[in-house]
Amino acid sequence: MNQSDRVKIAKRVVEELPEGAVVNLGVGIPTLIPDYLDGKKVYLQSENGLLGIGPTPDEEHVNMDLISASKKPITMDTGASLFDSADSFVVIRGGHVDAAVLGALQVDRYGEIANWAVPGKKILGVGGAMDLVAGAKKIIIASTHQAKNNQPKLVEKLTFPSSGVRKAEMLVTEHAVFKFTEDGPVLIEKLSDISMAELREITGTEFKEKIKI
Amino acid sequence: MKKLIKSSDTLDFIKDGDTLLVGGFGLSGTPLTLLDEIADSNKKDLTVVSNNLGEAGRGLGKLLLAGNLKKAVGSYFTTNRDAVEAWNRGELEIELVPQGTLAEAIRCGGAGIGGFYTKTAVGTKIADGKEEKVIDGERYIFEKAIKGDVAIIKSLKADTLGNLIYDHTGRNFNPLMATAAKTVIAEVDEIVEAGEIDPHHVVTPHLFVDYLVESKYVKKGGVYVESV
Repeated sequence: MNQSDRVKIAKRVVEELPEGAVVNLGVGIPTLIPDYLDGKKVYLQSENGLLGIGPTPDEEHVNMDLISASKKPITMDTGASLFDSADSFVVIRGGHVDAAVLGALQVDRYGEIANWAVPGKKILGVGGAMDLVAGAKKIIIASTHQAKNNQPKLVEKLTFPSSGVRKAEMLVTEHAVFKFTEDGPVLIEKLSDISMAELREITGTEFKEKIKI
Repeated sequence: MKKLIKSSDTLDFIKDGDTLLVGGFGLSGTPLTLLDEIADSNKKDLTVVSNNLGEAGRGLGKLLLAGNLKKAVGSYFTTNRDAVEAWNRGELEIELVPQGTLAEAIRCGGAGIGGFYTKTAVGTKIADGKEEKVIDGERYIFEKAIKGDVAIIKSLKADTLGNLIYDHTGRNFNPLMATAAKTVIAEVDEIVEAGEIDPHHVVTPHLFVDYLVESKYVKKGGVYVESV
């Protein structure tokens, strides 16, 4: 998938983030979001104990003790605060993160997420994925429409291990925006020139349409 | 200053088979000097509780290669290839714990709380075999508190009493671990006189800290390198 599609997904997710929101970004496409906020102020939270992630530092200002949850060097935004891991997960698990933007391996038709393990492979890492799934007020999945092997990400039933029973609210791909309901996914917006027939072809489950005009 | 000890003295407090709480997130906020001492010793069958196993050959990764470890309890081990391979060969037990559950379990361990119910991991493989309970209509699983025999942590600056402050996100699990082990040893970059750290800024009060060790690493270009 090309970079312009990834950027398109990131920009569309930004529209969903309220001004002043506390936001946690997962790995993958979500990490592009800080570059496309376009003046919108959000407070980025990091699992390892920071609210207020600033821009990436130049080489001279790298400090290995000021890093993101992906262990990349970061800076602190004006008004940032530092805390320990227990307080950081009070933020996450206590429902104080307004929105978590996460990648996914699969999402089922009700918004249940698989984003931590691949079947048949060793499972030796979970990090904060399950805490975010259980605790964030709103979960937006930012993902390519299909996996690298062209398998759909939005599926009837998860075949990958679930990250928790809590469902995502929304899925944004390069082609479409879906909201999840108790009756399954609803297409609310198309983001590419793809025909509806083609979109149904590359999506792993039925969906309703309620496109805003 | 009775709290200050040599880094090699750390080994007197660690027995084979002990559970060690090790501060850090990757290599950030990690007691590298104390880990070097353990890796150079013949301590064995240690269980370590730490978010990761350092990196391949660095931090806790050294203990793995040195054969000190029996088991690792933490949230993310896939970034250390040696850990994955040791697990594959059956040489290392791994207990995977969601990061927030790990933090809360250690916090409880230090607070005299036996365990807690959390929504994290409900309905996943990590919940297999754990007690589930519905509270106010929501599903929770029970997680036990975690305590250690010895905690080794990393602080930016201590005063002579053992009050600690931390370097940015190098804080991570360190203040929690300081409360949850029988013996707590803090590796520090700098020691100042009691009173020189503003009480408003103290993160870990001295009562939690048994011993201080001066770090043999110095930071250059934002990264710790061993001092000569």
